Amino acid sequence: MTRTLMEVQGIRKKFGGITAVDGVSFEVREGEILGIIGPNGCGKSTLFNCILGQLPPTEGKVMLDGDDVTGLRPSAMNRRGVSRTFQLLQVFPQLSVRENLVLAGQEHKGTMFTRLFGPRDAGLTPDANQMIEFFRLGHLAEEKAGGLSYGQQKLLDAAMAFMAGPRMVLLDEPAGGVNLTMLGHLEERLRAMNTERGATFVVIEHNMDFVMRLCTRVVVLAEGKKIAEGTPAEVRANQAVIDAYLGH
Amino acid sequence: MSRSVLLKTFGVLIVGALIFLPLTLNRYGIYIMSLWAIMTIAAMGLNLTLGYAGQVSLAQGAFVGLGAYTVAIMMSAGFGFWLPLLIAIVITFAVGWLLGYPALRVQHHYLAFVTLAFSTLVFLVFRNEEWLTKGIYGIMGFKRPSAFGVSFQKPIEFYYFTLGALALASAFMAWLVRSPWGRAFVALRENPVRALSLGVDTRRYTLMAFAIGSAMGGFSGALYAPLVEFVDPTPFTLALSLNLLMMVIVGGSGFFFGPFLGAAIGVLLPEWLRFAHGWYLTIYALFVMILLIKTPTGILGIIENMIAARKTRAASAARAAASAGLDKV
Repeated sequence: MTRTLMEVQGIRKKFGGITAVDGVSFEVREGEILGIIGPNGCGKSTLFNCILGQLPPTEGKVMLDGDDVTGLRPSAMNRRGVSRTFQLLQVFPQLSVRENLVLAGQEHKGTMFTRLFGPRDAGLTPDANQMIEFFRLGHLAEEKAGGLSYGQQKLLDAAMAFMAGPRMVLLDEPAGGVNLTMLGHLEERLRAMNTERGATFVVIEHNMDFVMRLCTRVVVLAEGKKIAEGTPAEVRANQAVIDAYLGH
Repeated sequence: MSRSVLLKTFGVLIVGALIFLPLTLNRYGIYIMSLWAIMTIAAMGLNLTLGYAGQVSLAQGAFVGLGAYTVAIMMSAGFGFWLPLLIAIVITFAVGWLLGYPALRVQHHYLAFVTLAFSTLVFLVFRNEEWLTKGIYGIMGFKRPSAFGVSFQKPIEFYYFTLGALALASAFMAWLVRSPWGRAFVALRENPVRALSLGVDTRRYTLMAFAIGSAMGGFSGALYAPLVEFVDPTPFTLALSLNLLMMVIVGGSGFFFGPFLGAAIGVLLPEWLRFAHGWYLTIYALFVMILLIKTPTGILGIIENMIAARKTRAASAARAAASAGLDKV
């Protein structure tokens, strides 16, 4: 049986009188691709932000490898091997593609002071080149990230999440705004990351086809609550899910 | 001639001019060139805080003042130059670190107001704490430094001393901004949320950007005191901070050579315009206004945009040639 990497226990997040996430619990197993779906405004991104320390949860716990990591800062979560991408593009436009990747990995090399006196690239150029090849961005390595197309920036954004060799990557709407060709490419690369390198994923996505193809298990949220959990086929047949998406 | 040879030739010419041109200048000309070198160091520090790390500061003039007063007070108390210089750098580093804390909570114009308040506070200390600073009467009676038997008393000797200090500060800054820290500073400026999610300790880097930038200001002030051989509060008002800010923005914020160019415009240009007599400051102000309207990214920003446009044209031409070739096939 696969090991549990992360346990999310009863996460609740309130903004004043509004409960954005209402007692959501699930676990993430090592090596799986878990999808989190739900209609707009159901609390998916807020849940991500609570898990990753971007927002403090009002209640609940996040356990990583049995350790309570609730409320740790995002940089600390990253150093514990949990990486993420964002719903909106988050690359560094003035840095080249290679520098974006080196930056994404450098904080994991030594301490702040040893990095200052170490090599300029923190010894990460070979890793960055490998990642560039893996995501087929070779012809763009020296280009400034701000000059890439939206789809190429999405690929770079995903590649950056892998630079530090994370144990788990949380992808927030990776398919959003990406054309079909680029989406196929992204899907294939994520699948390869999962099968070849054993990366664990949690994916928030609106694109149902993408989620159903990619994910091994799916959690469904509606109005901040978990309403279903299971394999893609089980979730597709679940009446509560159909109601949440199509209305009563 | 390739671009790199052209740049190297240009660099050699500039360095040559900085070394030999002052030999032809009178005392005042040499003083202005020394002031340019000193203000470039201060602007370089602000460029790190603002241009690279994206943290607004209206307090750089106050750090120049802190450096100048530290050296003036200690030298007039009988210390030589080198220990006060070191103390000035350490003090401004520490105070800059503390000033960085508000930046962890507020940003942009709110941060500007916090640093503005600090700048005013420091000026008031310089003016009112007479027991330490001698208030409006200022501190005098200290000499320019010497090292290893070489004296820097004469204006031209002190100019070469400041030029050496500028070379040292430039080498340090070039090393810093090309290190992993430089990359982290840029990440802090461009997208702190993403930087945090990639493990960048944005708190520490913010504090470090303030501390190092302020220490550069302190270093600059420590050179300013022996240049004028008299320190009073007047040069260290908010106007100096605003002038340094202008130098960074006009030269090109976030560009390594921006402060050199900005300080040339801030220090040397008003002197070159003196032929216009009473109108020289008006012409200077109009020049700066037009420059900033036309080039909000500073002078080096225009050059970078021109290079980027040329690259885009070349890439488009290459694509067009490739598709024309395919059509023939």
